[in-house]
Parts: sequence; C-alpha cells; structure tokens
Amino acid sequence: MAEAKQAERTASPTSEEEIAAKVDRVLRAFKGEKSELIPILQQVQQALGYLPEAAMCQVARFTGVPECTVYGVATFYAQFKFVPVGRNIVKVCRGTGCYVRGAPRLLDELEKLLCIKDGQTTPDMEYTLETVACFGSCALAPVVVVNDRVYGRMTPDKVKALVGRKAGQ
Amino acid sequence: MDFTEIKERAISKWRAMQASPKPKIFIGTGTCGNAAGAEAVLDTLRQELAKNGLAADIVQVGCIGLCFAEPLVEIVKPGRPSVFYGNLTPEIMAEIVRDYLAGDNPRPDLALGTRGEGTIEGIPRLFDLPVLKPQVRIAVRNCGNIDPADIDHYIANDGYSGLARALKMTPQAVIDEIKKSGLRGRGGAGFSTGMKWQFAHDARGDQKYIICNADEGDPGAFMNRALLEGDPHAVLEGMLIGAYAIGASEGYIYCRAEYPLAIAHLKVAIEQMEKYGLLGHNIMGSDFSFHLHIKEGAGAFVCGEETALMASIEGSRGMPRPRPPFPANQGLWGKPTNINNVESWAHASIIMQKGANWWASHGTEKSKGTKTFSLVGKVNRTGLIEVPMGITLREIIYGIGGGIVGGKKFKAVQTGGPSGGCLPESFLDSPVDYESLAAAGSIVGSGGMVVMDEDNCMVDVAHYFLTFTQLESCGKCIQCRWGTRQMLDILEDIVAGRGRPGDIELLQELGQAVKDGSLCALGGTAPNPVLTTIRYFRDEYEAHINEKRCPAGTCKALVNYYIDAEKCAGCGICLRACPAEAIRGGKRLVHVIDQAKCIKCGTCLEVCPAKFSAVARVSGEPIKAPAEPIPVAGKA
Repeated sequence: MAEAKQAERTASPTSEEEIAAKVDRVLRAFKGEKSELIPILQQVQQALGYLPEAAMCQVARFTGVPECTVYGVATFYAQFKFVPVGRNIVKVCRGTGCYVRGAPRLLDELEKLLCIKDGQTTPDMEYTLETVACFGSCALAPVVVVNDRVYGRMTPDKVKALVGRKAGQ
Repeated sequence: MDFTEIKERAISKWRAMQASPKPKIFIGTGTCGNAAGAEAVLDTLRQELAKNGLAADIVQVGCIGLCFAEPLVEIVKPGRPSVFYGNLTPEIMAEIVRDYLAGDNPRPDLALGTRGEGTIEGIPRLFDLPVLKPQVRIAVRNCGNIDPADIDHYIANDGYSGLARALKMTPQAVIDEIKKSGLRGRGGAGFSTGMKWQFAHDARGDQKYIICNADEGDPGAFMNRALLEGDPHAVLEGMLIGAYAIGASEGYIYCRAEYPLAIAHLKVAIEQMEKYGLLGHNIMGSDFSFHLHIKEGAGAFVCGEETALMASIEGSRGMPRPRPPFPANQGLWGKPTNINNVESWAHASIIMQKGANWWASHGTEKSKGTKTFSLVGKVNRTGLIEVPMGITLREIIYGIGGGIVGGKKFKAVQTGGPSGGCLPESFLDSPVDYESLAAAGSIVGSGGMVVMDEDNCMVDVAHYFLTFTQLESCGKCIQCRWGTRQMLDILEDIVAGRGRPGDIELLQELGQAVKDGSLCALGGTAPNPVLTTIRYFRDEYEAHINEKRCPAGTCKALVNYYIDAEKCAGCGICLRACPAEAIRGGKRLVHVIDQAKCIKCGTCLEVCPAKFSAVARVSGEPIKAPAEPIPVAGKA
C-alpha cells in the first residue's frame, strides 16, 4: 500500500526573490492553461505555505488569467491561505461525527494551549491552528491532524500531550 | 500484453500467495487504521518477526469497515482459518507474534473472529458476528481483502472481467444491462444510473467526458474515501465501462484534497492500468480508447454539486449554474458529460462482472442493491457498513452498531449529512430506502449516518449544520446566501437563551423560502436539518425559547454547574483543574463555583472522582449550593 506523501514544512519564505524563485520552480511543470489554475495554486501553496500577493500575480501572468480572477478563485476555496503559516499545522475536524463526540472541546483546549484562535498562527511561527470540514475518519472521532498525520479518538488531555510533546522538540 | 494472459498470471500469482507455506499477515493501513495507530503496530510486527527469525508475507490492505476495532490484523496460517485481531497495540501485537506465529496458540482471548474453512475453538466466525452478519459486501467486496496498490490482486478476483464483457457488447447493450439492474445514483439524489448514461450516450458531440465525483463533502461521511483507499480499481473499472457505454474518451476523478491516501492509491492504480494497457489506445484490443486524469479539490462543499464541480475542473470558482442544459448535453467545456459518484461506479463494475439479475436480487422493489453507510456518532461499533436496501434503522444501529455508547438513550439518527434530516426513535423500524427516508423528511444521501443520544441537543445540532451550510454557500443565490445567515442568527439567539416566541414559525417560513429560491441542492436542502428537528423535536426548541432551558444540557449559555454540598469531600481536584479559577474552597471545605467566573467548560464535572460525583449540571433549575465554602458534611 502506498504511503501518502508527508508534507515537509519549513517556515514560509519572506523575501521577494525567494518567493519568485519558488513560484518559478512550480510553474515549470505546467503549460499555462486556465484549467491548470487550481493545481498551480495548490502547488504554489505547497511550496510557500500560503499565497502571497506577488505569487498570485506571477501565476496570473503565467496563465494569462486576470489577477482579479486568480484572486477570486483562490479566495473561493477554503484550502488557500493568504497569510504565512507556522511550521506545524494543527487541524481540528469539525465534521458531524467529531462534533457529536466532543470536537469543540478539543478546539477550546488547543486555543487555550497555543493562545491563538482558529485560523491564527503563534507569534513564533511554530503553530498554525485550523479547523477542517471533515477528514473522513469519523469512526475514530474526534480526530486532530498534525502536519498531515491523523490522530484518532482524541481527548483534551491527549491533545495537550500531543502538542506539548511537539513543542518540546 | 493480452488481457487473458495478464489475468492468468495474476491468478497464478494470487494462488501462489494463498498456497505459500509462509504465514500471511494482512494489516489495515487505511486512514482509519493509521489514525488508530496501525503504523506503530506494523513496525512492531516487523521487528518481532525479525527477532523471532520468522518469515511471513505482510500485505497492507484497506479498511474492512470495522473501524471501531482498528488497528486490525488478519493472520493466515496454512491449513487454518484466518484469525482477526482488533484494537491492537504494539504490546499486544508482540504477544500475538510470540504466541501464534512463533508458537501455535491462536490466543482466543485476543481474537475477534475467524474467516475461511475450518474453526478454531473459542473464536467465533467473523462473519457470524452481529456487526457483519446483516451486511452484504458488494461495493466494498475487496476492501480489506486485497492489496489496493497491486492491480494483480484485483484482476485475480474477477477484476476487469466486467470491462472485458462490456467491450464484447454494444454500448447500448451495456446501458440496458445497467438499466435492468435498477442501479440508482449513490451520491444522494438516487437518479437512475442507466437513464443518465442513456442521456449522455444519445447526446451529440465529437468529444464526451465522464467524471467520478469523489468530492465527498458531507461531514460525517467517509464511504468514498474507504472505497478509493481500499479498492480503487473497482471504481476505475466502472468508469471505463461507463466511458465505453456513452462514448467518452476522457475522464476525470475529482477527489477532495483531504483524502491524500485515496489520491495516492488512485495514482498508483492509474500507472498500473497504463502498464497493462487498460488505459490509452485500443483497450483490450478493442477500438475503445480512454484517458484518465485526477483533479484535487480545494475545499469547497458546493463542488459536490455537478455543475459546480465541472466549473472547478475548468479552473474557475466552483459555482453552480442553472440546469438545463444538463451536463449530459452540455457539461465539461460545453461537451456532453456523465458524472457519477464513486460508489455508483463501483456498483457498475460488479453489475457487469456478475450480471444485472444477480445484483438486483438484493434490496427492495424500488431501491435495488446495497448501499454503503458510514455509521458514526454515539454507537458502540462505528465503521463503514454495506447493507441491502430495505434494512431497518434499528437493525443498523442496534444490530450492526451494537447500540448506544454507555447504554444511553437513543435520541436521533442523522442521515444524508447537511442535506438530510434527523429522525427520532419512532422511525427506528422504518426501512432504509430512497422513498421511506424521503417520506420521513430526510434522504439516503451519500451515506452518512450519525447517531445521537440523550446528551445531544437537537437545536444545537441544527445550529451546527446551518453553521456549516451557511459557511459553504457559494453566495450566488440571495435566498441561500442571506436566508441561511438569517436562519443561523435566529438559531444563535435560541441556543444563547435569547429566543423569542414566533422564532420557530419564522425559521419554518425562512426555510421554505431558502428551499424554493436556491438554484442548486445546497440551498435546496440546507434547511432540512432545521426543519426536521422542528418537526420531530419541537419540544426542545420550545424549552430553549420559553423556559430558557436546554434539556440535553449542551447549550453552554443555558446550563450551570454547581457542587453538591452534601457530596463534596473537599478534595481540591476540581479546584486545581478549573481553567477559569472559578472554584473556591479549601482543605475539607465544600467547594463552591463562582457562577460569574464559570466558563461552563465542564472540566469540574469530568475530574470529580466517581466516588463523590459531587458536581451537577443543570439547566433551568435552581442551584442548590452554599454561597461560601462551608465545612464538609460530618466534619464540622
């Protein structure tokens, strides 16, 4: 059985040159057709952690799609982010199975633990906290995903141990 | 290479594996298995085998559906039925390797069940267990049995024989076979699959497309994920058959990005199909040519709607458009397009393998065949199940699911996700089929089934679903965009204790307006969870509005916690655990919660030792606690 590729995360780049170079590298694999817009944005985000304005403009030039349309498409989909994200991404599932089994309390616990709200990043860029519609691991609800790894049957205590351990690395 | 030759080789490879004197160990490493800790179990398994100098074949398989028992392994020793072990930890895995693989004790105390010929004393047969006995595994026939990353396993189990059969028939004969089966779309709407194929077949166009809708967006549902992870070829074979039938030369699988393992398995599967000439030009030596692409979704629930999904593939915002024209005539890039759900495709492949009559022998008169459901929420045995249409909700929840967690009282079952409804106890004996659930105000939907107990507040559940649909509304239709917002505002008031008389009627009126005024199924069904909970649980709405009381004790604004002075032992556990520092007290003093500081997180209730059980949660009742800490009873 094939392994899902684990995303390797580093902090988002900040310099303009670095962003442009990384976007360039992504664009090389594409032809520049409009239908490629979403896959391009996905890979740019994979490379940068988020979609800076400059990167979206670069994609617009490459595909010939107006900048406003690129922005419109990007903001339509929940996956795309427009501010830099932390090195670790902690996602709490807000699916129905997780909700009825206590996911809101996991989110409360994480917000308290990391001192940030859903959608925010810790000032040291170590953690970004997000919620996701459903991971489809409902039978093991409630679940939390840390950097693409799914943890099932979570409790506030287990969340504390999970994030606490990560923080100690 | 000729397909007959490929098939013979696959079968001999499969038989060689079966006949091998080495033990075989199947381990479930789907997303569920991994989330439960299968990777650590697999590591231990490998280490222990090496340590004991044992040779064994390890096969990583998808989910067999017993998610409640994950991580799960099946051990096959020659001449014995196989033995399933569930709820494994690395420690238990090591014990099993030592006792059953190095030794010969199958450890009945740890085993779940056996499968295959013969019996082992003390271990029941797996498929005789209440969780599996009522199930009929057709769509998920291979999940948990074969290596999903090895096309030979699929081919050795009749895989692609349905395609081989279809290619010898005319496209119209294939469509007739699907029509004869009575297969209805498994994505939710329940429209006849054969009719759909007919429309796309009859449409004129130089280029036609087919799409597999794997944008399983309903929260609480994972049937498609499990199927794509555990047996991708069953879906892909169905797509090839459909493409041949309607005359499409290109296809897309639109899979949500939250399913990385499903996408990984699809990619492997497509590579292997290309290698075997099952994709590309002149498939199986016929005139039929077909190419397949994977498109990853980007997180938009509305993209499960077919016209929105196509807009997304084209690279636009995923917004639905009016129908007609239907996709069968003008779909992707304006060309005739047929779009079916993952499970529908998996049924299409087995209908062609085993025949329409065999398939239609399952299910009811109007709802033929079987349907997969993800059974989750407050049931003991959560998992992926496949049952014949017409089975009752009670058989599913109490039979397969083993009843409610902790012996609590059943309150409702939610079917069909945010488009469906919540059904109360009086519907437990209703059959699960398209017509019966629609008559009850819900839908079969794609197969999410979330069970709720007495601790779940139905107003809160309605609020939950509306929060979701309101957020996911694409914004195109004003009734959906603002109507759901308005409904959510009213529900927010009700759960916060600000409900007013007339709110229920207003919700019903607004709900109807949203349904009537929305272009697509998102808005057309978004009010369903609210309307069905009002219909069946009106008393809970009234308690919130009129008495400012939440009967389930869920709505934070309407509950209070207090410490019973007669039960409190003054142990200090809750005092230390309280995150809001709202508890006062001292050694041997009854603790008191400061209601003004309390954030109602319920931590005190959880940590209070069972022998005291001194913390009470009430809603709409007076608080029976002293104002200041007093000495513990009998210790004054």
